[in-house]
Amino acid sequence: MTINRREFIKANAVAAAAAVAGVSIPTNATNLITSSDITKLKWDKAPCRFCGTGCSVNVGVMDGKVVATHGDIKSPVNKGLNCIKGYFLSKIMYGKDRLTTPLLRMKNGVFDKDGDFTPISWDAAFDIMAEKAKKTLKDKGPTAIGMFGSGQWTVFEGYAASKLMKAGFRTNNIDPNARHCMASAVGGFMRTFGIDEPMGCYDDIEATDAMVLWGSNMAEMHPILWTRITDRRLSSPHVKVAVLSTFAHRSSDLADNSMIFTPQTDLAILNFIANYIIKTDRVNKDFVNKHTNFRLGATDIGYGLRPEHPLEQKAKNNGSNAGDSTPIEFEEYAKFVSTYTAEYTSELSGVSVDKLNALAELYADPKIKVCSFWTMGFNQHTRGVWANNLVYNIHLLTGKISTPGNSPFSLTGQPSACGTAREVGTFSHRLPADMVVNNKAHRDKAEKLWKVPHGTIPPKPGYHAVLQNRKLKDGELNFYWVQCNNNMQAGANINEEMYPGYRNPKNFIVCSDPYPTVTAQAADLILPTAMWVEKEGVYGNAERRTQAWYQMVDAPKGAKSDLWQLLEFAKRFNIEEVWPKELIEQDPSVKGKNLFEVLFKNGQVNKFSLDEIPEDRLNDEARHFGFYLQKGLFEEYASFGRGKAHDLADYDRYHQERGLRWPVVNGKETLRRFKEGSDPYVKAGSDFEFYGHKNGRAVIFALPYEPAAESPDDEYDLWLSTGRVLEHWHSGSMTQRVPELYKAIPDALVYMHPDDAKKRGMRRGDLVKLVSRRGEVQTRIETRGRNKPPIGLVYMPWFDASRLVNKVTLDATDPLSKQTDYKKCAVKVVKV
Amino acid sequence: MKIIINIAKISKIAIQTLIVATLFVTNVIAENHNIATLRASTSIDTQATPSPIANVINKDIKQARNYPMQPPVIPHKTRNYEVNLNSNKCMSCHSRSRTEESQAPMVSVTHFMDRDGNFLAEISPRRYFCNQCHATQTDAKLLVENDFVDMHTLMKAKRAAKD
Repeated sequence: MTINRREFIKANAVAAAAAVAGVSIPTNATNLITSSDITKLKWDKAPCRFCGTGCSVNVGVMDGKVVATHGDIKSPVNKGLNCIKGYFLSKIMYGKDRLTTPLLRMKNGVFDKDGDFTPISWDAAFDIMAEKAKKTLKDKGPTAIGMFGSGQWTVFEGYAASKLMKAGFRTNNIDPNARHCMASAVGGFMRTFGIDEPMGCYDDIEATDAMVLWGSNMAEMHPILWTRITDRRLSSPHVKVAVLSTFAHRSSDLADNSMIFTPQTDLAILNFIANYIIKTDRVNKDFVNKHTNFRLGATDIGYGLRPEHPLEQKAKNNGSNAGDSTPIEFEEYAKFVSTYTAEYTSELSGVSVDKLNALAELYADPKIKVCSFWTMGFNQHTRGVWANNLVYNIHLLTGKISTPGNSPFSLTGQPSACGTAREVGTFSHRLPADMVVNNKAHRDKAEKLWKVPHGTIPPKPGYHAVLQNRKLKDGELNFYWVQCNNNMQAGANINEEMYPGYRNPKNFIVCSDPYPTVTAQAADLILPTAMWVEKEGVYGNAERRTQAWYQMVDAPKGAKSDLWQLLEFAKRFNIEEVWPKELIEQDPSVKGKNLFEVLFKNGQVNKFSLDEIPEDRLNDEARHFGFYLQKGLFEEYASFGRGKAHDLADYDRYHQERGLRWPVVNGKETLRRFKEGSDPYVKAGSDFEFYGHKNGRAVIFALPYEPAAESPDDEYDLWLSTGRVLEHWHSGSMTQRVPELYKAIPDALVYMHPDDAKKRGMRRGDLVKLVSRRGEVQTRIETRGRNKPPIGLVYMPWFDASRLVNKVTLDATDPLSKQTDYKKCAVKVVKV
Repeated sequence: MKIIINIAKISKIAIQTLIVATLFVTNVIAENHNIATLRASTSIDTQATPSPIANVINKDIKQARNYPMQPPVIPHKTRNYEVNLNSNKCMSCHSRSRTEESQAPMVSVTHFMDRDGNFLAEISPRRYFCNQCHATQTDAKLLVENDFVDMHTLMKAKRAAKD
């Protein structure tokens, strides 16, 4: 205890306070303002701007400024709590360097790729953008146009962008940064269940007996869900928490069973659990027989690197056959997993046999209700879809799914990774409501709902995130617009792929952002952008909860929302400039119209008048365009999913509710899908129905452990894992501008085991560089921080714009999901 | 010159170069490649030498909150403070029963409420991990200022306008 020190300090503090008081406290009583017309705050609700938990926040406004925020007591998600980032939301919009004018690289008064950022008008910005896009279309066609969007886009923004790209410019080269984050989860859902997103919900936390974290540091990355897990664990002592990770971190502090495994061996541990369930005769045979079937998946599928890479040359099934599978019987599956014994798995993973058995028992024991949670540990994985498939296996073998407390739960990283990126389908292969571009029936349906001619949407999937960077570098993608993300900091291998790609003289790069980010610096044109409660929005969180908010304050003069930018840009294109004659002939009424008129003034998006916006509400975009734009976009979008197990409520209702979990049928939200009585889409008498697949059955996949794309060797002798920290959101472009958050964690350090440091003659605070085959980054060593890596692994977060760890990372992806593995590459650490 | 003034709004760094700009206009323009404020005017293919690890401020002097609901920052070091399944070091000073002895502020009454707003006899387990909301502060120098306005400032201005 330090009470003596405290007494000393306290005495000093009083003295200091008295000194200050002497000069500033007036003697009269007027230091307290009580008049209600002065003290009144206008409060409103909005989902948090940060992670996928989807906390509701009360936002206090005074004189057109956000002056306070706190956790919304009425929200079932967070019940009045926020994490430290959420509590500081009030300040994210007020960084001194907010952008208020478009900036174009210019020399001698004209655009020049090597020119200097020069303020221009919005009109001039759209002029040069349209000029570059039209030239690209003319020279190379739609495949040379692309866009990189976001799971932080509002639903309307993602929907408008997707429609503009896929139906307007007729390119599928649009992908969200959610590709880095959730693509493997999507792949897992589609493969096992045939329909995306979790069956369960957060309420399962309060109903469960055991919670297992697989590659998820929820204490830092989903803090409010962690408060619910902590609440459950500590208030009900029978509840157990198991945490699997490649390094110890804050979530390990609550663990009854903390397991540190060798990177990539999670695949083996998952198969071991399946084997354990079978060997101890605890398969729920009734459930398995009625509701599942078994398939053997293709193996040796490569690592999503460039085709000439030796690993791709060597891989047998890295083409379109990577996702193939063949039906097998239970016995074959049992034989397949039988090699994953406790002893073999322990040797491979470094986790003791006792710990492995204790973990497996949580799943095997029919009396224990169990939730699994995972995020980037599974998803950012060259076998990420497999990892997702394998965790569903163990829930399906035991029938522990879709019932209160039994929940395999894929957590999302971004506030609308589910709502916008996944549900709206802003991926290069997707359309709204789980449809895909390479399915004719799906394209037909989308074209009909969008009121565009047959054949408008191209059938070939576009360039995904990593491929976009390669195509930029290769000079095949030449007009590129980045909105609502900071990919030059977030993408992998920026040294070899992305930075040369953005700076390729053949390419014109546009970046929309509220702040001058690293990506903005790499761009040619920067568009100042409105954010969060400066516009109306809808986000969808990880438990299928759709939440809406009103615009509460004006954006800084000159800054415009992503939605406004998309629609104003659309006005610059006559239909004859983007669609071929054959399409226009199908619907001559589009002749002479521009893209804005064809796509957004189509009788649907402009259906709702301004009268429907409450008079006391701001809504800059709607008032600019002359109709209730957000409602029109939402209702047109919702028409894709209604009646198709993706039902959304009427738009207006979301302004009244603290969100609703889809499908919303007859006005009622759905807590758990696929279970009779809880999900209105399940046929009576079926008990469970996995209706994403036509036969109503979920698939249990036989998939093996395969090694990582790059492992440590003699020269590059350490694993590198990257990730986030609690106090900063993603690349830190918002939170690094909040003084309290910046001062809490100003710089990204490399976390290292003290013995690893000692072995290299290093100590805490030393200046070092991390070197990989691709690049290097300098930072300082931390040997006693919140993350405690084992010997042989280092961890460095990526929030720090001045220390770009992604110069070092490898752009290997899961060949199925195209998601990058940011958790495994080989580096060495040397003194500078 | 008009252009240069507009550019200066972009970043503090640009403002600093403005002083030089009266002499060397071209220099200002050359600076405007590197506009990412958080990279302190460094091009993407290079890197400024990382500053030493910042020190945690340990003065025990309370910092005013930006608004009443803001969780206070921690004004002292917390190195080696264990907060885990078995113990919570923070509560050895900040719990109700210890504050007389420690003279540390008691955790807010909100911390005794469960999810449904009922007061418990001890702090709610949902508030167990203090570091989810409370953080120490280092002496790191801000890279960019924040223009957040305290509601008190607005109220004072309004009252002054009334008087």
